[in-house]
Amino acid sequence: MKFLEYLKYLLIGTAFGFILVKSEVVSWFRIQEMFRFDSFHMYGIIGLAVVVGIISVQIIKRNNITDTKGNPITIPPKDATQWKRYIIGGSMFGLGWALLGACPGPMFALLGSGITVMIIPILSAIAGTYVYGMLRDSLPH
Amino acid sequence: MDILSQPMPWYIAGPIIGLTVPVLLLLGGKMFGVSANLRHTCAACNFGNIEFFNYDWKKAGSWNLVFLVGSIIGGFLGGYIFANPEPINLASSTITDLKALGINDFSGMVPTDLISWDVIGTPAGLTVMVLGGFLVGFGARYAGGCTSGHAISGLSDLQLASLVAVIGFFIGGLLMTYLIYPLIL
Repeated sequence: MKFLEYLKYLLIGTAFGFILVKSEVVSWFRIQEMFRFDSFHMYGIIGLAVVVGIISVQIIKRNNITDTKGNPITIPPKDATQWKRYIIGGSMFGLGWALLGACPGPMFALLGSGITVMIIPILSAIAGTYVYGMLRDSLPH
Repeated sequence: MDILSQPMPWYIAGPIIGLTVPVLLLLGGKMFGVSANLRHTCAACNFGNIEFFNYDWKKAGSWNLVFLVGSIIGGFLGGYIFANPEPINLASSTITDLKALGINDFSGMVPTDLISWDVIGTPAGLTVMVLGGFLVGFGARYAGGCTSGHAISGLSDLQLASLVAVIGFFIGGLLMTYLIYPLIL
C-alpha cells in the first residue's frame, strides 16, 4: 500500500477517534447511562449510525458500486447458524464493555486523550484475544 | 476554536460514525471493525504459533492498524488539545445511582475511583481494568466482532448474526450493571 493510501486511513481514524471523544461515547459514565436506560444519547448515536450504514450499504449493493480502485465491493456474510458464539461471546463482551465502560475503539481514543492507564485494559484485551485464539477449538461456536 | 471543545450532539455524531462504513468500503472494500486490530497484534507476535493467528496480518490488517493509530490521534485532539472542561451532562438518575454505588469523581471521561494508576492495586481497580479489558478482548473475538464490527458494520449489512451478537452485548452489559457491579463496588 502506498503512503498516500495509509494517510487516508490515518485521517479517517483520526476523525473517528475525535468524534468518539466529542460525542462522549468513550465515557464510562455514558455507557452506564445506556445500560441503565437513563438517556437516549448512546441509542441515538448507535441508532443513527446504523440507519446511515444500512442506507449506504444498500446503495452500494444495489448499484454494484466499485471501490476507488475499480474493484467490486463484496461484504462477506456472517454465519448466523453459529448462534452460540454470538450469544456467549457477545455476552462476555457485554460484561467487559459495562465493566470497563469502553469497547475497543474508545479504549484507544481514551489512551490518546491522556488517560495513560488505558494501556492496562488494552494489554488485557490483547491477552484476552490471545487466550481466545488458544482455546478456540475447545469452545462452542 | 471554542466549538472544537464543545460536546457533539448525538444526532451529528451518529450519522458521521455511520458514514465510516461506506467510506471504508468505497476506499478499498474494507469492513469497519476495531477489535480485529487486537487479533492483528496477536498475529504480529504469535509466540506459541497458534493457528488462529497464522495469517498475513500485514496484508489483512495494516490499513486497520493505521486507522487505529488515527483514532489515538483523534482521541488526543478531542480529549486533550480540545478537551471539554465541563463535566458530562449525565442523566441525574444515573448520577444518583452511581453515587449510591460509591462513585465520587464525575469530572472526566472515566471515574478515577475505578480507572487510574492510583487504584490499579485495589480489588475494584484491578477488576475493572484488567478483567474488563480481558473480557472485551476475549468476548470480541469469540463473538467475531465488537461494537463497530457487529453493532455498526454488521447491522448496517442486515446480518442476523450481528443482531444476535448485539443482544449478547446487552445480556452481558445488563448483568454487569445491575447484578455484578454492585458486588464489586
